[in-house]
Amino acid sequence: MINRECGVFKTTYQADMALYGVPLARYTVIALLLFFAIAFPFLVGVRYLIWTNLVFIAIVSALGLHILLGLAGQISIGQAAFMATGAYTAAILSDRYGQHFLVGILAGGILAAVYGLIVGLPSLRVKGFYLAIATLAAQFITEWTINHVTWISGGFQASIPVPYPQLGPLVLNSEQEKYFFLLVFALIAIVAALNIGRSRMGRALVAIRDREVAAEIIGVNVFRYKLLAFVISSFYAGVAGALWGYYLGNVSIETFTIRESILYLTMIIVGGLGSVLGTIFGAVFITVLPFLLDDLLEAMHGILPVSDVTTFASQLRLMVFGGLIVLFLMVEPEGLASLWRRIKDYFRLWPFAY
Amino acid sequence: MDWDFLVSLIVRGLLLGSVYGLVALGFVLVYKATSALNFAQGEWVMLAGFLAVAFYTIYGFPLWAAIVITLVIMIALGFAVERAILRPMIGRPVLGMIMATLGMGIFLRGYVPVQWGVQTRSLDLGVPDEPYDIAGVSIPPIQVVGAIVALAMFILFGYLFQRTRMGLALRAVADDQQAAMAMGVRVTTVFAIAWAMSGIAAVAGGLVWGDMLGVDQYLSLLGLKVFPVIILGGIESILGALVGGLIVGMTENLAAGYFDPYVGGGLKDFVPFVLMLFVLMVRPSGLFGREHIERV
Repeated sequence: MINRECGVFKTTYQADMALYGVPLARYTVIALLLFFAIAFPFLVGVRYLIWTNLVFIAIVSALGLHILLGLAGQISIGQAAFMATGAYTAAILSDRYGQHFLVGILAGGILAAVYGLIVGLPSLRVKGFYLAIATLAAQFITEWTINHVTWISGGFQASIPVPYPQLGPLVLNSEQEKYFFLLVFALIAIVAALNIGRSRMGRALVAIRDREVAAEIIGVNVFRYKLLAFVISSFYAGVAGALWGYYLGNVSIETFTIRESILYLTMIIVGGLGSVLGTIFGAVFITVLPFLLDDLLEAMHGILPVSDVTTFASQLRLMVFGGLIVLFLMVEPEGLASLWRRIKDYFRLWPFAY
Repeated sequence: MDWDFLVSLIVRGLLLGSVYGLVALGFVLVYKATSALNFAQGEWVMLAGFLAVAFYTIYGFPLWAAIVITLVIMIALGFAVERAILRPMIGRPVLGMIMATLGMGIFLRGYVPVQWGVQTRSLDLGVPDEPYDIAGVSIPPIQVVGAIVALAMFILFGYLFQRTRMGLALRAVADDQQAAMAMGVRVTTVFAIAWAMSGIAAVAGGLVWGDMLGVDQYLSLLGLKVFPVIILGGIESILGALVGGLIVGMTENLAAGYFDPYVGGGLKDFVPFVLMLFVLMVRPSGLFGREHIERV
């Protein structure tokens, strides 16, 4: 990931598909892992740990969207709806039936996957814009249903409490403990996404994305793989939603609206479509950005000619966010991943000219 | 059975629906000529409403001047958006277009309150307030005005598309860009015209809705109603936008009128999307849309 890949000439397909392009890559990845597993949570303050924890959840959900949109090319503006499904499933299981958090997360993921299967059904007939609209409809229908069925939500615009995850006698309620809790899931999600991408299934999905008819002709069962993409993607989203509930300690529909769906879309576009590394970059960037903007406003306090700073902050966030989407699509449509690739290419032979 | 109640629901729904159609018209006009999807249509309506309020109430122009200035700005915005955002998107996957216009919409939702504040401002078009009483159904005059404006717009744009040379160029570009180019149609000009038309439709929508509900940032939520309307009517049909708008308006009004008390409200935002999902499953091209046949 961060090593230089000088003098790599791949001669076999196996080498081309390997997780680690060069032997050194294995060690850099292990070093990074060790850093995040051992050193990181003790080096940074609570403030940055909160950011990191939110990033972990965002990574899980964005990776789900990466599989659906980045690999299979199926547009979904309903990611937050699947997250809501997972979050409410986990919350209800843990809060009302006292289930273990692992049960909650698994059940949340599975229920979201089933829901994704249903929402994915129109992908048999429609694609592109129409599919986007169908998932948009699913988003609104989910929001409305959760809001209006009191058994699920506990009342209109209410929130239900979720007990913090418990590991034996240990209750994970400090940011540091929750960091490790979320790190595990984020890592599993990343490794699984990487492996899905380079397996038979990943290639089938990419074939569907690039040319559906051609994929069908070479023997890819298009409908099956499309649905599979929906199922896996919403499983990711469901798990992310459940994690969100356990992390925050409560679940409310306010955090799973159409805005969040667009947020996740933005992550994978800003990060770079079809790349796991890009998805992670995007998740980090988009999650941290509002905090950075708040810091900026704080620093400029008194200089800005605005009376109401909190409203201005939310409006500035919208403006920066919207502007960023347009800017990235214009200037860097391949996203941060391609930016990273170019930086690496530059340093590949550095300090020699060629 | 309470017939008066039913009739009043239907009439009000139809009037409301004609204005939905007006907003959807802006979307259809752009799609028809340029096959671009404007997910920011609702935000355009909001912007138009705010511009009208700003020039009329805040800067003190006479109403007609405020409307003219709004029209000019929105047409200019249409040109600018086509040039700056949509042209680089030509030939890219549909997702790029969706995200670019979504991004533009999000930006506007942030920018407009910064410029003109978050409070709701009333836009008084000089339409009387006391409702008409027609056969036992009370109807606010502004809804009638809205329906008339919507109808006028539909007739105007229908005429432009079907009977004029410019409309011919628009239809030619919609049909086959390369062939149109080969015949000497300036495709870029046609694109710009289509976006400007969409701006005009947004002004009409913004004025009518602004008078009805006041102008604030929630006006942009109107954009969400566009999707059920165009899916129902067919995404490239002007007539479809009108009929779709009428059906959506009527359906949601009936559903809200009869079933809202049982489910705790909010059916108006729910039923159109259920209707839309149904249409997507059964007939994705809508009532008046063209069937998409994929050739290898």
